Amino acid sequence: MADAHSNESNYLTATRGLKSWLFTLDHKRIGLMYLVGVLVFFLAGGLFALTLRTELLTPEGGDFISATTYNKMFTLHGAVMVFLVIIPSVPAALGNFLLPLMLGAKDVAFPRLNLLSFWVYTLGSMFFLYTLAAGQLDTGWTFYTPYSNTTGTAVISATFGAFILGFSSILTGLNFVVTVHKMRAPGMTWNKMPLMVWALYSTAVIQVLATPVLAITLLLLIVERTLMIGIFDPAMGGDPVLYQHFFWFYSHPAVYIMILPGFGIESELIAVHSRKHIFGYKAIALSSVAIAIISFVVWGHHMFVSGQSELAGIVFSFLTFAVAVPTAIKTFSWVATLYKGSIEFNTPMLYGLMFLFTFSIGGLTGIFLGALSVDVHLHDTYFVVAHFHYVMMGGTIIAFVGGIHHWWPKMFGVMYSERWGKISALFIFVGFNMTFFNQFLLGQQGMPRRYWSYVPQFQQQHILSTVGGYLLLIGFTIIAIYLVHSLRNGKKVGPNPWNAQSLEWTHTASPPIEHNFHGQPVVENDPYNYPEIDRTGASH
Amino acid sequence: MGNHAKPAKDHAFFQHHFNTVGQQAGAAKMGMWLFLATEVLMFSGLFLAYFIVRALYPEMVLSSHELLDKTMGGINTVVLLTSSFTMAMAVRYAQLGDNKRCATQLLLTMACAFIFMGVKYVEYTGKFSHGVFPGAFFNYDEAIQYAHSHGHSFRGLPHVFFGLYFVMTGLHGIHVLVGIGVIFWVYLRAKKGHFKDGYYAPVENVGLYWHIVDLVWIFLFPLLYLVK
Repeated sequence: MADAHSNESNYLTATRGLKSWLFTLDHKRIGLMYLVGVLVFFLAGGLFALTLRTELLTPEGGDFISATTYNKMFTLHGAVMVFLVIIPSVPAALGNFLLPLMLGAKDVAFPRLNLLSFWVYTLGSMFFLYTLAAGQLDTGWTFYTPYSNTTGTAVISATFGAFILGFSSILTGLNFVVTVHKMRAPGMTWNKMPLMVWALYSTAVIQVLATPVLAITLLLLIVERTLMIGIFDPAMGGDPVLYQHFFWFYSHPAVYIMILPGFGIESELIAVHSRKHIFGYKAIALSSVAIAIISFVVWGHHMFVSGQSELAGIVFSFLTFAVAVPTAIKTFSWVATLYKGSIEFNTPMLYGLMFLFTFSIGGLTGIFLGALSVDVHLHDTYFVVAHFHYVMMGGTIIAFVGGIHHWWPKMFGVMYSERWGKISALFIFVGFNMTFFNQFLLGQQGMPRRYWSYVPQFQQQHILSTVGGYLLLIGFTIIAIYLVHSLRNGKKVGPNPWNAQSLEWTHTASPPIEHNFHGQPVVENDPYNYPEIDRTGASH
Repeated sequence: MGNHAKPAKDHAFFQHHFNTVGQQAGAAKMGMWLFLATEVLMFSGLFLAYFIVRALYPEMVLSSHELLDKTMGGINTVVLLTSSFTMAMAVRYAQLGDNKRCATQLLLTMACAFIFMGVKYVEYTGKFSHGVFPGAFFNYDEAIQYAHSHGHSFRGLPHVFFGLYFVMTGLHGIHVLVGIGVIFWVYLRAKKGHFKDGYYAPVENVGLYWHIVDLVWIFLFPLLYLVK
């Protein structure tokens, strides 16, 4: 249907000028602005990481940065990647673009709130930039007390930045929950929603319920640092472990804010590019919700060695194992979807497969860390670093990059170079595993995290890890070049180049028109209906 | 959502990314309830901090709270409860499309809010003048003398209790100020006669917010002033 309107303007060309972007209420434009912001900070965070890796080429510290600079670099790397990149990456950038399109709505429920959320994000990132200028930060991204009360670095501006970013996250989450409840197209029952929507919905619920606790935690931290009221600092009668409880009560659910949208993308990539009905639709959808619920009761596994009670440790350990169940349900469902599918090894699918591989390693090593006795040996080592990079980067970022490739033709109406896409995917896969797989071994041998220097026998592995880091840089640079190149020179595509079944492909042009759809789409089909292979799906 | 049929009459503030005014009102209300959930969770963090401090230093909390003025706290409780009533009346008048009466009730609600802040101001300055400041600025000599003159004596580290007192009531006070702002906004809209044809979502949502501000105080008052 969209072909008939191929000459009319789309959301990119509907209005012109900087103001038409900065004050737009169009969820697609807001999504794109988020995408640009996220990618800029991804570059910054990545360069911080490469600085660290380069310093770690030799066992002695001080090759080209000082110990203090090293501490600041890993803190900024963590804080920027978590608060400015990963949390907004999939929901705020891709999610904003896709959610109304996938639901068959003209926009999110609260377009002005959506724009406000973007501006609040920008304001929060300004505070981070100010932190960079004003003596940086060396507490680690967790801002643990009592050190964060005593260090001379810019703790207040950084925590205030994170506080503000929290509001941006809450506003997006709130908007998405209401949008999913109230804006679905006629016929779009809960069980006909694409799994990406289920994942965004579960994420949004966590964003709304967990982030306020971060807000009050950071507020208390700021008050503690400015007025010294004696709530966290033991020297003034406070309890530093209380801070850790507060912090992880948000920040553990926050890792699911980071990974659940990645699961959503994975479901789309696997189903669309193997041309098969997703296996276990309801199981995947509800396991997102299950993860969202369990995520609130596992925070104590970050504190096994912090002096919390042993009983609490045992309970938290058990609950942590419980998260593995819904996660495994998803992984097996994706593998079962691939089974006998017509798998096309295009770039999005390569990232889909890469995700299965790296995320499985990341997830399973999480079980190691959730086991009490093993954690005593592994905590605060490179094993932990490797684990969360396998989950956060091998999971979320890989899914995010796969998602960008999958929806790029929808966002801009052009196709990128498939050949360069495959080459860069290879660089990223090899580079990523080379950087981080090593670190499991290093950690198991006792290499502590956040150290500037190390014993000489670890040098070989550290060099390997650093080389892997540079391979990643090459891979991402190639992606940046061919994606930008495709904007002007890419082959124009029709509304549905992947021949997918969800509304954003079937009912609107590429790029979509300003108001998304001509008239109100009515949903009759399942979003994963690929009858050419899977005839069981037709009766779903 | 599945509803194509538009009602006979759309009000003047219908937003066209919705299909029906009912959908718009439903979305607004749901968004507000979610926002209230975030407020409750944020304050629950403070309450948790309070209970932990109380569990760590029960005698300190008991001895420190004696210094808070129960009468003023009680007056403020009555004032806020009254304001919740006038707010509820305002919502009712907005539902009926009676903008004039709605505006009057909103004005009364704002008056209550100002009285509340006035009493709070008297309480705060009374504490400050006797060295009872938050955290590091807490002047032990002056504060102990002040307590003695009222026949009390501190045990432990009262600056922790007063630190929490100022943070909890301070954050609540900020919410009251924001409340005054948003009530003023709907007051102006009522003056312009915006609420008619079944359009009253802003008044209702501001009302919901105001009730939660009231409710937080209902918990703060006994926990801080009346603790035994």
